[in-house]
Amino acid sequence: MIIQSLDPRISRARLDDQSCDGQLSEHEHFETFEVFQQVKRGTHHQHVGSLHAPNPEMAILFAKEQYCRRGKSVNLWVVKTSDVFVTDYEDADIFETTEDKKYRDPEAYKVMDRINAYKARLNP
Amino acid sequence: MYGNAYIETDGSKVHSIIADEDPIKLALFEARIAAGDKIEPKDWMPKEYRKQLIRMIEQHGHSEIIGSLPEGTWITRAPGFRRKLALMAKVQDEVGHAQLLYSAAETLGKSREDMTNDLINGKSKYSNVFNYPAPTWADSAIIAWLIDAGAIVNQLANSKGSYGPYCRALERICAEESFHLKYGHDNVVFLATGTPIQRQMVQNALHRWWEPIMHFFGPPDKSSQHSEILMRWKLKMGSNDSMRQTFLAMYVPKIWDLGLTLPDPNLRKNEESGFWEYTEPNWEVFKQVINGNGPCNKERLAVRRMAEEKGRWVRKALMNQGAMYVSPLS
Repeated sequence: MIIQSLDPRISRARLDDQSCDGQLSEHEHFETFEVFQQVKRGTHHQHVGSLHAPNPEMAILFAKEQYCRRGKSVNLWVVKTSDVFVTDYEDADIFETTEDKKYRDPEAYKVMDRINAYKARLNP
Repeated sequence: MYGNAYIETDGSKVHSIIADEDPIKLALFEARIAAGDKIEPKDWMPKEYRKQLIRMIEQHGHSEIIGSLPEGTWITRAPGFRRKLALMAKVQDEVGHAQLLYSAAETLGKSREDMTNDLINGKSKYSNVFNYPAPTWADSAIIAWLIDAGAIVNQLANSKGSYGPYCRALERICAEESFHLKYGHDNVVFLATGTPIQRQMVQNALHRWWEPIMHFFGPPDKSSQHSEILMRWKLKMGSNDSMRQTFLAMYVPKIWDLGLTLPDPNLRKNEESGFWEYTEPNWEVFKQVINGNGPCNKERLAVRRMAEEKGRWVRKALMNQGAMYVSPLS
């Protein structure tokens, strides 16, 4: 049956309510890219999401439409998802001792106590 | 724009849902969620968690795509250039939301092509409200205000859920939906404070949309062990009835404030309990619409199929034959 719509454009297209000229085949929607946006010069590019595109040039175009519709942007990177190497969440224990390494933090060095004690010793 | 997941259950008990899961992995998974930590794509997850998430996110994505159709109809006839620009921006947002959601669903292992096939073959569901026509400009205003309002109630709750990629998509979506809500409210207020004809038009649209909006949040809660486990896994962040209550509490006063009426004589706030009382909408109608027999189901899918079929040659022309597909990272 031909679809009759309130929208004259749809009625004019004479769409059949049954037609389906076959299934989409796998990966007809292209490969995926990861998108990195820089909102201001001097800041880091930040990962904002991913998208499907046939090539990097189209990925930039889609990234601009998809992730930069609002606010400011000054630069975009797109990277093929397949080119990103990632750690496994199951290996998260490799980061576990980092927080214990307090000697890497400035807060770990408290000299004033020692200086004051020294001064007190000199001028009792 | 999405109400609440129409989670289908086969009535099975919790112990059969998780029966063949590794108890140690399950305990770690549940502890992570209980601690407020997010689940990421490559993490171990129960089969039922993956299945329900795919269904939820996919339905949500389809709702964004199909939801843009009744509104898109009004772009060419929007009254005035500024409204035309705003409506185009809103429709573009909705289609963009579908892209974000499909990417999130893909991280769970269902390909975008499978999702599109399931939509155009009528296998997947989407929100009931998009199977109704928008016969006047006021209908598009009511959709933009109240359907988006309902969607925000749901999406804000779900953005606190347990699956990282879905939460990230929802945060971006909610930020954009706030423009839709203000834009819709502006249009409704303009009509409601305009000429008697404009006022009548928005009043009529409100009456047409009230039942679909009440349906939007899904059937009343039946407490089942199944929905308890979905709550525990932070897949479902609020019951259908609690989402509906939140919506009524926020928007009925705003509607009445404009001197507009709603077609339910029993609708009132019970001052003692704090809950809103209402007549249950006809749930048989809801079932019919969800299952393909609403006024516009056939048209919506036919238009979506046309887009797929007529766009195919463009995609083919752009296709990079040597490309290797990898599901998105996050």
